[in-house]
Amino acid sequence: MSEKKQERVGVYVCHCGTNIAGTVDVVGLARWAGEKLKHLGVVVAREYKFMCSSLGQELIEKDIKELGLTRVVVAACSPHLHEKTFRTAAKNAGLNPYLVELASIREQVSWVHTDKAVATEKAKAVVAGAVSRVIENVPLEEIKVPINPDTLIVGGGIAGIQSALEIANAGFHVYLVEREPSIGGHMAQFDKTFPTLDCSACILTPRMVEAGTHPNITLMTWSEVVNVSGYVGSFHVTVKKKARFVNEELCTGCAICQEKCPKKVIDDVFEAGLGYRKAIYIPFAQAVPKFPVMDKENCTYFIKGTCKACEKFCPTGAIDFNQQDQYVDLDVGNIILATGYDLFDARRVSNYGYGRLPNVFTNLEFERLSNAAGPTSGNIVLRDGKTTPKSVGIIHCVGSRDKNFNNYCSVICCMQGLKFAHLVHERTGATVYNFYIDMRTAYKAYDEFYQRVLEEGTLFVRGKVAEVTDVARSEHEKGKLIIQVEDTLAGKQRRIPVDMVILSSGLQPRHDAKAVGKQFGISCSTDGWFTEKHPKLDPVATMTEGIYIAGCAQGPKDIPSSVAQGAAASARVLDKILQKEVALEPIKASVDHDKCSGCRICNGLCPFNAIAFIEDDQVSDINPALCQGCGTCVAACPAGAISGTGFSDEQIMAQIDGLLFLNLLPVEA
Amino acid sequence: MTENFEPTIIGFTCNWCSYRAADLAGTARMKYAPNVRLIRLMCSGRLDPTFVLRALASGADGVMITGCHPGECHYIEQNYKALRRYLLLKRVLKGMGIEPERVKLVWASAAEGAKFASETTAFVEEIRKLGPLNWGKPSDQLPIISEPVQHEEVPA
Repeated sequence: MSEKKQERVGVYVCHCGTNIAGTVDVVGLARWAGEKLKHLGVVVAREYKFMCSSLGQELIEKDIKELGLTRVVVAACSPHLHEKTFRTAAKNAGLNPYLVELASIREQVSWVHTDKAVATEKAKAVVAGAVSRVIENVPLEEIKVPINPDTLIVGGGIAGIQSALEIANAGFHVYLVEREPSIGGHMAQFDKTFPTLDCSACILTPRMVEAGTHPNITLMTWSEVVNVSGYVGSFHVTVKKKARFVNEELCTGCAICQEKCPKKVIDDVFEAGLGYRKAIYIPFAQAVPKFPVMDKENCTYFIKGTCKACEKFCPTGAIDFNQQDQYVDLDVGNIILATGYDLFDARRVSNYGYGRLPNVFTNLEFERLSNAAGPTSGNIVLRDGKTTPKSVGIIHCVGSRDKNFNNYCSVICCMQGLKFAHLVHERTGATVYNFYIDMRTAYKAYDEFYQRVLEEGTLFVRGKVAEVTDVARSEHEKGKLIIQVEDTLAGKQRRIPVDMVILSSGLQPRHDAKAVGKQFGISCSTDGWFTEKHPKLDPVATMTEGIYIAGCAQGPKDIPSSVAQGAAASARVLDKILQKEVALEPIKASVDHDKCSGCRICNGLCPFNAIAFIEDDQVSDINPALCQGCGTCVAACPAGAISGTGFSDEQIMAQIDGLLFLNLLPVEA
Repeated sequence: MTENFEPTIIGFTCNWCSYRAADLAGTARMKYAPNVRLIRLMCSGRLDPTFVLRALASGADGVMITGCHPGECHYIEQNYKALRRYLLLKRVLKGMGIEPERVKLVWASAAEGAKFASETTAFVEEIRKLGPLNWGKPSDQLPIISEPVQHEEVPA
């Protein structure tokens, strides 16, 4: 390469047991590198059984010290596994860690090829590429940024509440932002929880109260995050506090306004459309905070200009018709997204008749129906509000495990269907049928619950329901809902008439999950759930430092798993807070002002607004704090004025040449 | 010479998706054609079209550019910029008398090891059909080789 450089490069080839040595001639490779790459500055090339072992690392450290190596190439596994290991080893020996390159000859060579000669040849090219590149590496220092100890948690369901309490109890401040008027999420709507059948509200509400009164938690309900900027350690967030039309300072939560309000509205959110609320309302009795919210769309005063009954009767004068939306700016160091899920819209499966046949219910409707605090005071009745069903069919996998809708399993529906079966049986004595594809009861005490429901006499039919209809073919089907299903265990078609059908609708990502992901700089999987950093080893972190996910926002899960993830995410945040500062990869772009012509081509390319044009000097400049290091501007600069550390033009060009080193022969050779 | 022609291909990968897809293909022991040599970038948006020309000039017969699926970029939208440059580059290549098919853009998420492997193998076959690029001889501006290395015939 360039003659001026006199680097001393050490090449270390790992056997990885037989993982690499089985397919690549590692001894030959090391010898080849030592001989044929001498012109690039290779002074030593060794092979060793496990380079990542402490003995292997010591080998490198010793060579750095004794042979005065200035660059190191380790031909082993993917840099995503052991780059840090070898960088640390170099650092221990006094060499800048960024002067180490990994050549991936395991994931990219030995594991994907079979012919030893071919694989060895490719490994040579990969090593030559890494050697050529490492010569162009420059020493870099990790960037340390301070961590703001405050945390933002978006979503006040059980996962978000758990996260907030963990962090607040550790002594750090939390902003808990919730879109609805009260925290609690879906769990607040449920009646019983499987498999223990404890009352959902009884176990949730103490947590809600704790979150609502905790001195370290600032609760922001009826609020939404509208803007996010910054990076790990110092995010700047703008939260829109929607007008409640109630002065929170004065309101005591007495609910007289709700009582006096003359306007009744169908409650589509909390009561799932089965009950009513007023135009000014506290969504449910145990709501936290206790302040009511005025529904401007339905309030008589806002529509007709008269009424103000709530204002008249409010004993503390807390009603404020002139309240405006407020925008609050927050500075936080870490963010946890626990935004939950939307229920699959059962109307989409038109052959099940939801929305058309009155006595077809969704799972959420049934939760409200069987809830003692619900619209029927816990009486399981048909849509007419009085008839108790004598037979009930529960259909599993509605919208889940279905190529027409969602491919994935929604995880909770089997246990939920069993819970419903138990509740119907217990409260009404009705005959219960469960229609399932596969029964999935894989957690602690779940299968035992299945056995219990089996013993209670619930009937199970294995098969995907084709249709729910009210068109009777015989006398005994008249006035009933008929479930048409292929019983795949008996191998025959069945028509089962029932009074009530409950659809176990699946979970799906929030309708705005993509937009929210984009706002926070994280991605969604093909199904639309937020993507975790590693599906097994890093399930609550994301690819974006400082942003964590918990609960159903990451994928369908039950309450125990949501709570566990909430706690896990807060442990990760506490880890960051306690370190006080975080080291960032020093991969950044910068502008050479002398070369910059001020063309501003780069200005519009940066999605992080890191590039600004300095009017006085007529040049562009990059804010290193905002730069994420993607390198798009580096590639775009027509003047070559922008350079990027870690992935410079020189490094990449050298690597290209190195990779093609074996081809660089006279064509007719 | 084309009978025994083994194409050499340079592949540019994104640190967050396609490089991880290549890792996954490895972990899952999926087999694919050995003709592709990868370079890791932080993002497909880092791809300077000059890199592609340099690779072709230095002896590559084809270049594969890989990145995150549209809408899934780790840097929000930089893969769209890679797409723009790719389309423009193909026109430039045509103007230079090089088959535009020698450069291919593949979207592969971190979960798509199988896609990465199959697309790689397919691309190698496409380039094999096109034959060697033979774009001039390596000239003086290219790295000086201390001594000629005998290129071993790679069995097909």
